[in-house]
Amino acid sequence: MKISEIEKLGFTCLQSRFEDVELAGGYTSDLLSDVMANLKEGQALITIQAHKNTVAVASLAGAAAVIFCHGRAAANDVFDAAAKEGLALFSTPDNQFEATVKLANALRT
Amino acid sequence: MNDVPLQLDDSALRIQELAYGLKVRDVMTRKIFAVTRTCTMRDVQTIMKNNGISGVPVVDDSHVVGIISMNDIMNAFVDGCMDDQVSRHMIPDVQTLSDEVPVTFAMSAFSKYSFRRFPVVNQKNELVGIITPRNINLALIHELSRQLDELEDSGVHPDPNGEMPVFHRVYRLTRYDFEHAGRASAELKKQLKARGVSPKLIRRAAISSYELEINVVAHSHGGSFTVLIDKDRVRITANDFGPGIPDVDEAMSEGFSTANDYIRSQGFGAGMGLPNVKRVADEFEIQSGVEMGTMVKAIIYLEQKTVGGNAI
Repeated sequence: MKISEIEKLGFTCLQSRFEDVELAGGYTSDLLSDVMANLKEGQALITIQAHKNTVAVASLAGAAAVIFCHGRAAANDVFDAAAKEGLALFSTPDNQFEATVKLANALRT
Repeated sequence: MNDVPLQLDDSALRIQELAYGLKVRDVMTRKIFAVTRTCTMRDVQTIMKNNGISGVPVVDDSHVVGIISMNDIMNAFVDGCMDDQVSRHMIPDVQTLSDEVPVTFAMSAFSKYSFRRFPVVNQKNELVGIITPRNINLALIHELSRQLDELEDSGVHPDPNGEMPVFHRVYRLTRYDFEHAGRASAELKKQLKARGVSPKLIRRAAISSYELEINVVAHSHGGSFTVLIDKDRVRITANDFGPGIPDVDEAMSEGFSTANDYIRSQGFGAGMGLPNVKRVADEFEIQSGVEMGTMVKAIIYLEQKTVGGNAI
């Protein structure tokens, strides 16, 4: 599954300047230190933390995309930071569980 | 009154870095004039006069049990007690400094307390020196001039092997400024990429760096952050001005956190930061003094020959 295909799950793409590579899986967490320690290169991060530090952590840990849950609004500086890092951003009204299930099913097929 | 040459938090970053690089041991006076409890106040006054000093520690079997300052001598003189034993006039419960801590801890201590000198003790708590603001001034000037000499020399003789230049940068970190935390880590990542370092090593360096940046921002009054990359290693140093960690072992255990709600709302404060850094770094060192500051150093070797098992 490619990053761009995340949109097919009904998620909205917030930042589209990214290299459209294959997703290596996903990681769901709202604790950024946990993300830092455990997210694997190329995975999508599913979280409610819609702020700039999330972008920093995701990009340092090598995430391919970040999905903000609960329709959390992110500020413009979040988009700018993600664009600079080439990190794809998506938004969904789903909670973390629902978003994780959708992504996991899509990754399985 | 403040005898310390500079306030740490608003002095030039290079000066801060320089002070963090020096240990109390490197700058203290080693020639100590100490007395025992049974000496008289007159004995102390004679020692002060003959040696031009204004404070004398009182020791018992090399352990500091008190201190006599010029002020105590004057009071004893006025009261006609110059033949009393020092134990009756000394200030007990002396604040001492460990000889292993960075000079910045001493600078913090001088601005926090009104003392004009601190007895310095070794790991066995034995008196090994005395530190005054004058020691610090001299050491800073000396070190500054040494580094300037080095700088001039390196300008004349550029690196002959055509290797990537050493990257050395100091960043200022401000309390709760989560907005700018991560700057140093992003730059570090970019520098390592440009050097063709493997993604695994970059990740380990980035984790160490980011966690430490966040720590300073989330838990300290602010501080400085230094990244050094040379041929063999990445060295990350986080220094802050306090409040210090009362129990370092506790802080190093996974899940322990003193984070408040604001820090947690930012997604931090899970108590994983320091353990994460220790896990991914090849070398890890932490020193902390309550009311003085904390220094954490993490080193990641770029040539993974000697160390294994740390890869993640």
